[in-house]
Amino acid sequence: MISHYLLILVGTVLVNNIVMTKILGLCPFMGVSKKLETAMGMGLATTFVLTLASGASSFIDTWLLGPDLGYLRTVSFIVVIAGIVGFTEMYIKKTSPTLFHLLGIYLPLITTNCAVLGIPLLNAQEGHNFVESLFFGLGGALGFTLVMILFAAMRERLEAADVPTPFKGTAIAMITAGFLSLAFMGFSGLVR
Amino acid sequence: MIEAILIISGIGLLLGGVLGWAAVHFRVEEDPLLDKIDALLPQTQCGQCGYPGCRPYAEAIAKGEADINLCPPGGDEGVKRLAELLGVEPKPMGEGLGHKPRSVAIIDAQTCIGCTLCIQACPVDAIVGAAKQMHTIIAAQCTGCELCLPPCPVDCIRMEIVPENLARWKWRYPIHLIRPLHGGSRP
Repeated sequence: MISHYLLILVGTVLVNNIVMTKILGLCPFMGVSKKLETAMGMGLATTFVLTLASGASSFIDTWLLGPDLGYLRTVSFIVVIAGIVGFTEMYIKKTSPTLFHLLGIYLPLITTNCAVLGIPLLNAQEGHNFVESLFFGLGGALGFTLVMILFAAMRERLEAADVPTPFKGTAIAMITAGFLSLAFMGFSGLVR
Repeated sequence: MIEAILIISGIGLLLGGVLGWAAVHFRVEEDPLLDKIDALLPQTQCGQCGYPGCRPYAEAIAKGEADINLCPPGGDEGVKRLAELLGVEPKPMGEGLGHKPRSVAIIDAQTCIGCTLCIQACPVDAIVGAAKQMHTIIAAQCTGCELCLPPCPVDCIRMEIVPENLARWKWRYPIHLIRPLHGGSRP
């Protein structure tokens, strides 16, 4: 039983990485990966929200929508995600100003992160139950964090590298992202 | 149909209620000064001050961590208003933040004594002249760095602003502040 959940975790972090294989959440991937600290902050905030959102969406999908009202998934999920993000922001601000400071602007930015909507929708598509959904969300978010940190580290090195003028900036970042995606393809077949 | 409407409105109402309750329940008493400072900032959220938005910058000012002259969109006018609010002296825009118009150095031929000190200081060899001979500046080569101003013993060099025209205009460089990381050095 535990190995089943572990497999889900490994599968979502490495094999079916949300950014590198499913190509979701590219906006924060390119946007906030310039500095290692911001990438970590974004990853942390996303992990928190994505796990909660997966659980809540799974609950809604199973108990409220069911098979008949499947067409309401997208709209109800995005409402729930926005609500959770708003609530989380207020709660963290009250209880832990340090964490609030650490996450900063990235917490509200998560509302518009397509990976956060994508994972609950994938959960619904694959018919995961509540606990599976939680692990799928956690794994997806950890994979997102891993890729963010890897890519931020590479971009910090790129800043110092002698890049030919036409490739400077976003161009070389895009190329690097492609190579990173290729590297992640090496994991395919590790877990189904 | 009616089910769908009920479910979506139900979710909306529930979340709205929870958020409304949370807004009251989790209210954080903030420094009233913070709102006043935030109101004076231009709200462009450009991050040129080195903080991720106007409110974090306002918080840093309120805490006394940041200076009031770090906001380029607010300009000198913004600095002045912040200074009035906080009861401190207005300052010029922070180093490297304010935009400096392009200028060239001009040597006043009447006063120049031909000491060659400015020639040694010029990093781009834009000053011609010899000892005891009057010096002059090649305007096309001058970068306007002002390094020749301090060595001149008779203060005969002045900076003249070059007006912008179509041939000379270009995009401003983006401004990135480099801040030291907290704790520990990096390889």
